Amino acid sequence: MNNKSVLRSLGDPQILGDALVESFRKLSPQQQWKNPVMFVVYIGSMLTTLLWVLALNGEGQDPPQFILAITLWLWGTVLFANFAEAIAEGRSKAQAAFLRSAKRDIAAKKLDEPRHDANYSKVAGSSLRRGDVVLIEAGDFVPGDGEVIEGVASVDESAITGESAPVIRESGGDFSSVTGGTRVLSDWLVVRITANPGEAFLDRMIAMVENAKRQKTPNEIALTILLVALTLVFLMATVTLLPFSWYAVATSGSGQPITLTVLVALLVCLIPTTIGGLLSAIGVAGIGRMMQKNVIATSGRAVEAAGDIDVLLLDKTGTITLGNRQASAFIAVAGVTERELADAAQLASMADETPEGRSVVVLAKQKYGFRERDVQSLGATFVHFSAQTRMSGVNIEGRQIRKGAADAIRSHIEEQGGKFQPEFRKVVDDVARRGSTPLVVSEGTRVLGVIELKDIVKGGIKERFAELRQMGIKTIMITGDNRLTAAAIAAEAGVDDFLAEATPEAKLKLIRQYQAEGRLVAMTGDGTNDAPALAQADVAVAMNSGTQAAKEAGNMVDLDSNPTKLIEIVETGKQMLMTRGALTTFSIANDVAKYFAIIPAAFATTYPVLDVLNVMELATPASAILSAVIFNALIIVALIPLALKGIKYKPVGAATLLQNNLLVYGVGGLIVPFIGIKAIDLILVTLGLV
Amino acid sequence: MTSNSLLQIVFYMAVLIALAKPLGSYMAKIYDDEPVVINRWLAPFEAWIYRLSGVNPQQEMRWTDYAIALLVFNLLGGLAVFGLQSLQASLPLNPQNLPNVSPDSAFNTAVSFATNTNWQGYGGEVTMSYLTQMLGLTVQNFVSAATGMATLVALIRGFTRRKADIIGNFWVDMTRSTLYILMPLSLVLALVLVGQGVVQTFSPYQTVSLLERVSYEQPKLGADGVALQDASGKPELEAVEVKEQMIAVGPAASQVAIKQLGTNGGGFFNVNSAHPLENPTPLSNFLEMLSILLIPAALCYTFGMMVGDTRQGWAILAAMTLMLVALIFVTVPAEQSGNPAFSALGVDQIASAEQSGGNMEGKETRFGITNSALWAVVTTAASNGSVNAMHDSFTPIGGLVPMWLMQLGEVVFGGVGSGLYGMIMFAIVAVFVSGLMIGRTPEYLGKKIEAYEMKMAAITILIPPLMVLGGTALAVLLEVGKSSIFNPGAHGFSEVLYALSSAGNNNGSAFGGLSANTPFYNTLLGVVMLFSRYWLAVPVLAIAGALAAKKIVPVGPGTLPTHTPLFIVLLIGTVLMVGALTFVPALALGPVVEHLQMLGAVAAK
Repeated sequence: MNNKSVLRSLGDPQILGDALVESFRKLSPQQQWKNPVMFVVYIGSMLTTLLWVLALNGEGQDPPQFILAITLWLWGTVLFANFAEAIAEGRSKAQAAFLRSAKRDIAAKKLDEPRHDANYSKVAGSSLRRGDVVLIEAGDFVPGDGEVIEGVASVDESAITGESAPVIRESGGDFSSVTGGTRVLSDWLVVRITANPGEAFLDRMIAMVENAKRQKTPNEIALTILLVALTLVFLMATVTLLPFSWYAVATSGSGQPITLTVLVALLVCLIPTTIGGLLSAIGVAGIGRMMQKNVIATSGRAVEAAGDIDVLLLDKTGTITLGNRQASAFIAVAGVTERELADAAQLASMADETPEGRSVVVLAKQKYGFRERDVQSLGATFVHFSAQTRMSGVNIEGRQIRKGAADAIRSHIEEQGGKFQPEFRKVVDDVARRGSTPLVVSEGTRVLGVIELKDIVKGGIKERFAELRQMGIKTIMITGDNRLTAAAIAAEAGVDDFLAEATPEAKLKLIRQYQAEGRLVAMTGDGTNDAPALAQADVAVAMNSGTQAAKEAGNMVDLDSNPTKLIEIVETGKQMLMTRGALTTFSIANDVAKYFAIIPAAFATTYPVLDVLNVMELATPASAILSAVIFNALIIVALIPLALKGIKYKPVGAATLLQNNLLVYGVGGLIVPFIGIKAIDLILVTLGLV
Repeated sequence: MTSNSLLQIVFYMAVLIALAKPLGSYMAKIYDDEPVVINRWLAPFEAWIYRLSGVNPQQEMRWTDYAIALLVFNLLGGLAVFGLQSLQASLPLNPQNLPNVSPDSAFNTAVSFATNTNWQGYGGEVTMSYLTQMLGLTVQNFVSAATGMATLVALIRGFTRRKADIIGNFWVDMTRSTLYILMPLSLVLALVLVGQGVVQTFSPYQTVSLLERVSYEQPKLGADGVALQDASGKPELEAVEVKEQMIAVGPAASQVAIKQLGTNGGGFFNVNSAHPLENPTPLSNFLEMLSILLIPAALCYTFGMMVGDTRQGWAILAAMTLMLVALIFVTVPAEQSGNPAFSALGVDQIASAEQSGGNMEGKETRFGITNSALWAVVTTAASNGSVNAMHDSFTPIGGLVPMWLMQLGEVVFGGVGSGLYGMIMFAIVAVFVSGLMIGRTPEYLGKKIEAYEMKMAAITILIPPLMVLGGTALAVLLEVGKSSIFNPGAHGFSEVLYALSSAGNNNGSAFGGLSANTPFYNTLLGVVMLFSRYWLAVPVLAIAGALAAKKIVPVGPGTLPTHTPLFIVLLIGTVLMVGALTFVPALALGPVVEHLQMLGAVAAK
C-alpha cells in the first residue's frame, strides 16, 4: 500500500460509513469500560435517559425537553469519541485487509534436497515449516519468509512495500531475504524457509495493524492514570455539590437544590472528555502514520520510544555513503609491481561476492585485462570473510593471498611470524585520510600493497544530521573502516562521532555503554552482523532489504530501506506524545469557562447573586448548561483531524517547543470555550430552542 | 493598602528569602553527614541514642521498611499522647488538677499532633496538664516535624541515587532532624521569646487583682438555676463587679518555639498566638511569623543542594513565593478595605496614625491589619495553623484566601518536609504533562516519570480533596454535623468547609464559629487527618523507592529544563488549576456568595 492510498482513506466514504456503524457498535459496556473517562460519560448518559423517562411521567426535577436535550448531547459525546476511535481504526483495518489480500495460500515447490536441481513435490504454502527448502521460479509467489541459498532473481515486492520497481534477491550478502506474498519475476531462487506458519513477517504486520489499539504504550498508561485521577477529583467535586446545595437551600431558605441532570452535565463538562475521547484514536493514528511512511513497527511501545532517542547509531555503508565502495586504485609497495598486486587482488576476490569484491575483480580486468579465471580448476580454496578475522582470500598453488583491513592483515602476518613494515603504515594512512578505505593485500608474510576503495557520501545527508542534532539526538557512524577513513567520512557527513574498526562485539559494547549512562539508543542496520546490536538497541530499525536475521532482531522494519527514515520515525513518536499532552492541557484549560457557564446557572434559584459570575451573559440557566454540554461534545469532533494528523513537531529545543504548545493549547484552551459556549448560546437563542 | 503595610510585607519576605540559603545549606550538610561543628560536637550523643535504641545507623532501608518504621513510630507517638491525656489526672505536673480528657477528644488530639496538623478541638489552658503539654504535645511537635523532614530527605535520595534499592535510615533521619535542626533553632527562639515576655514556668495559674475593675449587670438566678423575672415579665438583674482574674501560665515558650518552627501550630493557650503570653510584642510576632516559613523555605535550598543543582531548589522556592505574595496582596487589601456593614454602623475603618483601620473584628490591636492578615496567609500557606487573629471574622475574601491556600494541598511552602514533598508531587505532574507536550517521555531531575510514579503522585494529589469535600458533604448532610454550626447561611457552610480543609491538609488552624469538640467532629476530623498524612507520606516513599531504582538520564538538548521561569509558571499553573478546579463549586457556595451578599447588602441600602 503506498502513501497516496493511505492518505485518500482519510476522506474515504467507505471508511467514514464503517466508522459510523462502528461508533454505535462500540456502545457496548465492555468496549466503554476500557476507557475510564468515557465510561463516566456513558453512565451519566444512562442516568439522564432514566431521568428523562421519569420526567415524562411527571416525576422530573427539570422539564423533559431540557433533560432530553442534555441526554442527546451526552450520548452524542460518547458517540463522537467512538467515532474518532473507529475512524482511526478504519484506516488501519483497510491496511490490514490490503495486507491480507497478499497472504493467500500459495502452492510451494518443496525441494527434497537443498539443491536447485533436486526433485520437488508440490505442497500448500501454509504447511511449510522452518528449515524447509523450496524452489521458486519466475511467476511463482514466495510461499513464506526465507533466506535465499542459491540463485539470483528479480522480485516484485510491491505487495509489501508499495514500490513497483522489482528488486534483486540473491544468495549470500545482505540481499538474501525474501518475504512471503512477494512474486519472483525472472529466474529462480532456492529459499530456506525461516518462519513457521503464523509467525511470518506478513502475519506480524497484520497482527500489529489489527491490535494497534489494544496495546497501551507506557506513556499512555501513565496518562490514563492522570486522567482517572482528575476524573475522580471532578466526580467528588460534583457529587458533593448535591449535599452542599441541599444545605444552601435549607440555610438560605430559597430556591431549589441542584438537579441531577445539571450535576451530570457539570460532571461530563469537567472531566477530561476531550483527551479521554481522543486518546486511543491518537495512538492508533500514530501507528497508521508510521505505515504511511512505510515503516512497520512491531509495537506502539517502539514508536513511542523512538521519540525519546538520545543516540542514533548508523551503519556507514549504504546509510551515510552511497551504496558500496568501489575499488579505484592499486598502490603497490616498493618491490612489487602494480600488475602483480592487481593479479593477487583479483585472485583473492574471486569468491568474494560482495560488491566491493566484485569491484576489485572489475578494476583488475579494466586496468590489466585479467580475465576471471576458473578458480575451481586451479584447485583453490577460498577463505571467506568473517566478522572476527575481518579478512578474506584464497589459498592457491601454495600461495596464501589475503586481503583485509590493515590491522587484520598485520595480526595475520605477525601470527605467522612475519613482520609488518612500519613504513607501510604511511601508505595506508594516506589512503584513509582521503576518506577512502585501504584494503591491504598480502601474500604469506609479505605485504603486496593496498587497494583503494572509494566512498561517496550521500547528498543532503549532512542537513539530515543537523536536523537530528536539533532534535537533541547524537549521531554515531559505525564502520569497519580504520579510524582515519572513518574520521574523514564522519567529518564530511557531519555526524557527531564515529566508531571505527567496529566488530559486532564493539557495536554491542558501545550500545551497552550508552544505555548504562541512561541514554536511549536507536540503531539502523541491515546485515546479519548487525543483528546482535539491533537486538540490544532500544529502537532498532531494520532495512527491509536486509537479512532475515536483522529484520527479526529489529523492532521496526523500514520497507523503503532508507536509513535516514529514523528522523521521521522520531517525529512520529514525538507527535504521538505531543498530541496527547496538548489535548490534555487543552481539555483541562477548558474547564475554567465551563465553570463560569454552569455554576451561576446551577445555583440561579438559591443564590441569584452568583449571576455576577455569568461573564458570558448566557441567556438562561438552561441555555448556559446546554451550551456548555454541546461545546464539550462538538470539540471532540472538531479535534478529530488534529488527533489523526498529530501536532506538527519542530526541532526548536524543549523550552521553546513547550512555550509554543502552552500558548496554543493552554492559553488557547482557556479562551476558545468562552467564545464557543457564547456562540452556541446565541445560536440556541436565535433558533428559539431555549 | 498603606505604604507602611507594604514595607512590612517586603521586609518579612526579604528576611525569609535571605535566610533560606544559609539554613538550607546547613540542613543539606546535616543530612549528607558533612561536618558542621554541632554534628561533630554532639556525635557521641547521637551515637549513644542509636546504641540505646539498638539502631545500626549504617544500615539503610528499602522504602517499604522506611515506611513501616515511620508508621510504627507515629503510631506509638499517637498512643503516648492519647495515654497521657487519658491519665493526666493521676499524673504529676497538673497544678490545676485538670481532669482526664474525653476519649474522642483525646483521639482527635493524639492524631492531630502525630500528623503535624495540630488541630485543637480543646482549649489548652482548661484541658491539658503541664505534663501532657510538655511530654505529649511538645514532643510530637518535634517528631511529627522530623517525620515530614525525614520523608522529604528519603524522596530526595530517590532522585540522587541510581539503581539503588535503599533510601536511607528512618531513625537516623529522624534523629538528625530533631537533634541538629529543630532542637537548636527552638532553643534559640524559645529564649528570645521568653525575653519578649512569653511565659515559661511550672507555677500554677495566677490570680491577680484588676487595676480597672469591671462592672456589669447579669440576670439574677433563683435557687433552681432559672432566671428570675420581675412583675412585668422582664429578667431581674443584679450588679456584678469583677475585681480579680485568673491568669493561665505554664511552660509555654518551649512549646511555642517548636510549634512555629515545626509548622505545628497547636497553641499552648486556647487563643493561640493572639494570647499576650504566647505572642506579646510586635517583635515576638515577627519572629514567630518568620519561624513558620523558615524551615519550609530553607528546605527548598536543601533540596537543590542535595540534588546537585541549587537552581532546582530556587525554582521551587520561586514558585511558592510567587503564589504566597500574590495571595498576601489579596488578603491584606481585603482586610484593610474593611467591612461595608461596619461603615454603615459608623465605625471608622480608615487607617490613620492612631489606628490601623480596616476590618479589626477579631484582630489584636497590637498586631493591626497587616500583621494579622499576613499571619493568616503565612500560617495557612505553611501547614502551621497557629493564629494571631480570628479567621472567622475576616472579610469573605480575606477568609477565602487562607481556606484556599490549605485546599491547594499545603504545597505553598507547606509543612516542614511535607510541603516540599507535596510540591514535588505537583512538579512530577507538571513535568509529565509538559514532557508529553514536547514529545519526550517525561523526566524530572534525570529520573523518568512513568506509570508507577504517576499513580503514586496522583494518589497524593487526590487524597486531600477527597477528604475535604467528602468530609464537608458528610458534615452538612448529618444532623449531628449541622447542629454544631453557629452561623446561618453561607458563612456557616464556610466554617465547616474551613474545618475540613484544615484537617484534610494537616494545617490545623480553625475558622471558629464551629463547635468542633463533639464526638462527631473529633472522630471525623481525626480520621481525615490520619488519611491526609499517611496516605500521602507512604506513596511519596514509594516514589522515592521507585526513583532510586532508576538510572539517571543525562541532560541533553532535548531535556526540558526545570529551573526556568517557564517551568515555574507551569508549576504554579498546575497547582492553581488543580486547586481551583476542585474547589470552585464549594468556594462559590461559601465565601464567594458571602462576598457577593455583603456587596449586595450595601448596594441595597
